[in-house]
Amino acid sequence: MSDTDALVARGIGKSFAAAKGSPEVLALDEVSIEVGTGAISALVGPDGAGKTTLLRLAAGLMVADAGTMIVLGIDPARDPQAVQDRISYMPQRFGLYDDLSVQENLDLYADLHGVSREARRTRYTRLMEMTDLGRFTARPAGKLSGGMKQKLGLACTLVRSPELLLLDEPTVGVDPLSRRELWDIVEQLVREENLSVLVSTSYMDEAARCARVTILHEGRVLAAGTPESIRGTAAGLCFAVTPPAGQAARHVQAALLDDCGIVDAVPRGGRVRVVCTKEATARDDSLPAPLAGKDAAAVEPSLEDGVMLALRAKVHRDFATAAAVGTSTARPPKGDGKVIEVTDLVRRFGDFTAVDRTSFSVDRGEIFGLLGPNGAGKTTTFRMLCGLLPASSGSLRVAGYDLRRARARARQEIGYVSQKFALYGNLSVDENLTFFGGAYGLHGARLRDRMASVKAQFDLDAAARTPAGQLPGGFRQRLAMAAALLHEPEILFLDEPTSGADPLARREFWRRITALAEGGTTAVVTTHFMEEAEYCDRVVIQDEGKVLALGTPADIRRQAGERPQAQLDMEQAFIAIVQQHRKAERGSGQAAA
Amino acid sequence: MNALLAFLLRVANLCRKELKVILKDPAGRIVLFAPVLVQSLMFGYAATLDLREAPYALLDADHGQAAVRLVARIESSGVFRRVATLRNEHDIAPLVDAGDVLFVVAIPPRFEQRLAAGEATPVQLILDARNSVTAGTAAGYLGQIVARFNADWRAEHGGGGMPLTLDVRSWYNPNLETRWFMMTSMIAVLSMLQTLMLTALSVAREREQGTFDQLLVTPCTPAEIMIGKSIPSILVGLTQASLVLLIATYWFGIPLAGSLIELYVALCIFMVACVGIGLAISAMAANMQQAMLYTFVLMMPLVLLSGMTTPIANMPVPMQWLTRINPTRYAIDMVHRVYLEGAGLGTVLGDILPLLAIAVVTLPLAAWLFRNRLV
Repeated sequence: MSDTDALVARGIGKSFAAAKGSPEVLALDEVSIEVGTGAISALVGPDGAGKTTLLRLAAGLMVADAGTMIVLGIDPARDPQAVQDRISYMPQRFGLYDDLSVQENLDLYADLHGVSREARRTRYTRLMEMTDLGRFTARPAGKLSGGMKQKLGLACTLVRSPELLLLDEPTVGVDPLSRRELWDIVEQLVREENLSVLVSTSYMDEAARCARVTILHEGRVLAAGTPESIRGTAAGLCFAVTPPAGQAARHVQAALLDDCGIVDAVPRGGRVRVVCTKEATARDDSLPAPLAGKDAAAVEPSLEDGVMLALRAKVHRDFATAAAVGTSTARPPKGDGKVIEVTDLVRRFGDFTAVDRTSFSVDRGEIFGLLGPNGAGKTTTFRMLCGLLPASSGSLRVAGYDLRRARARARQEIGYVSQKFALYGNLSVDENLTFFGGAYGLHGARLRDRMASVKAQFDLDAAARTPAGQLPGGFRQRLAMAAALLHEPEILFLDEPTSGADPLARREFWRRITALAEGGTTAVVTTHFMEEAEYCDRVVIQDEGKVLALGTPADIRRQAGERPQAQLDMEQAFIAIVQQHRKAERGSGQAAA
Repeated sequence: MNALLAFLLRVANLCRKELKVILKDPAGRIVLFAPVLVQSLMFGYAATLDLREAPYALLDADHGQAAVRLVARIESSGVFRRVATLRNEHDIAPLVDAGDVLFVVAIPPRFEQRLAAGEATPVQLILDARNSVTAGTAAGYLGQIVARFNADWRAEHGGGGMPLTLDVRSWYNPNLETRWFMMTSMIAVLSMLQTLMLTALSVAREREQGTFDQLLVTPCTPAEIMIGKSIPSILVGLTQASLVLLIATYWFGIPLAGSLIELYVALCIFMVACVGIGLAISAMAANMQQAMLYTFVLMMPLVLLSGMTTPIANMPVPMQWLTRINPTRYAIDMVHRVYLEGAGLGTVLGDILPLLAIAVVTLPLAAWLFRNRLV
């Protein structure tokens, strides 16, 4: 324990009952962490690891059952108010008032924290400058894009100068550009005000920016240390496999992920990044057994590799079961060709054009990604494709049907998984599936067959009678996918399916999607995780309603200026393309003026 | 044929889901039925304008035979109960002010003497008219008692009969009990409130929870979704109407004069009109809070302008026009006539047609609002 730590926790234990009458679950067990003063510390780990509980304990909102916690020299359990006067806590869903303007929200939080008039003036100027929200002070918070809402939430949290800042997954649902801006704000404050920060995140690139990383899993600390030390654990285990010509990286990745000698495999930059187990890795210079005969080369480990190594050592997850989904839902292809054709699609809201003359097409069995910053028009495009929103002009053909004329027929051919859990919370898993099956015209024996098979594929049998609203996050998403695949649709639409999901859940999810695509189901996905675009056959990048780039991930990287000597990852490529476009827009705007 | 079957199956599936969502929650089940029970009992007992043992005080300055006979008549009705006997005029004001008595009957000195002489004989009635309704009712009763006293006096003392007498027969409610009127009105009003609330909230709830999008991407058409929302609400409304009906008939013993089938047919038509309004609210509201607010704003005029609390004929003419677009007005009238009067559906056509007209306007309006809010 050192005097320079802003927060020190030793042997913290906390248990809860999930619902009234259910047995208590150990949320935190013997957890010890420290947060250095003037530095950022990260908490990473899967859903239900106890990250939020730990943050709430530190904020004095809960009292631990065991252990000691000292925040800024004070025990938050004994004197929560004294702690709360000196810290700021931004929960995962920050309480912005949607009907109040940006300024009113700020004022409200300044009033709540008793910030004086003089202090406000300088603080507001500074916050507005950092968050770039100054142009929108009169806009209602509900009308801001996801990224701007988070920035406003952060600004409201920072209306006074705290000594310790607790952030609970502040960048969930935020696009890469806004994410970068959020982090710049936090890092600037750390530099200039000697702020200490404890942040939970599921983005490894964010954790890599921190001074210290703690990996939590099921309430226990799996590993802790500097990003370098965690990265170091995977040294010598990491390889990049180049897929044989004509084969997509994700096919190689899928096969590798199912191998038990492999900890992790993800498509990255056209190749497959692999972390092997220590056992599988040869002592000499030859390749590890699972990679034998492949075009593989050793690479430097990343923080994610180290985290995956720590997680997989504890969690046994068989990705092959996730893959079973593809074989059983395989459908005879109804001829090759384009399942989605979008031509000159336009959608206006009043005088605002959300989608501007967009054209693209999606082939059968393709995984197609819609990428773009918050407010780029991808949600609008997505909703039009699903028939939830009529187009202002242009043509839309989905599964061979014109959406203007045969909307109901087209809908029979699509499955839709919304970003927010959108099944009936008080109905059980079975009841939800029965209802959605019926809505798609499945009855009797056919419905029973399909229900049995999706429940088996998505591992839902154990939860069949549980009300959907009481399921944990991962289960819910599997249920949503099961409901969307009951009627064996041609196209599956997924709106930010991995938002807020942990790395393991995300790998499992993509294993399912790649398996589905192999079975001939087309998947259209929006995502904020740019590295996930690597699983897609093709992606479209939108900004301000316009298509900026369309093509395979390799095409996109090339368009962003990738050269053999300067490899880009998808996130860098994405940011480069969006910034090029924005600069060009501004340039032409000035030229016109 | 196949298309029709598919349509029916989809609607049935939607209805089943809706009923499950409504009834699965134990708290929800209680909310659906307990208030109806409590409200109908409350209205049956408490919401009555009838006078029963109303307290009064007597100031008899005469103490003659005639005065005693008059007082006996007042007290024998069971409507009034004497709580004080005064000796002095000064005692009147404190009693009335304190609200201890509804009225004071003051019999002047020389009461019997003047009567016998055939002179005009005033009896003073001092009313606490802070509640004008009960005061008016009491005055009316006393007027009747005095009129009958006069008639009998004349007959006995050879004054001849009164030139004009009123012979009253109250049809359909022989004892003029408010309860008969109230309880039958409640059959319509309570089921209306519930149906309205349920339909108004149902779409708003789905919109708020995101399930509405999930519903819209299925092949179910907006019309099917609307029907799937309407039928369960109508069923719940009818169940509640039945509950009130049972309480009215068996608990309060109000005789059902008409046919049950006709009563239910009439109620069904009314429920459809209510569902139309509820769905229109639902389509307009962005969330449950708004839906709730709109419903509350509508409920007041729907009840007030229905003729349940005040007679429509007493309202200013513009208000009377407004009652013509209020489905509750027709429903209350319809239930009264079928329940108390035993009227057939043919007789209440004048109520059924406007209800159908309201449904014909609100349902397509709701459908139109739905389509134009699918954003």
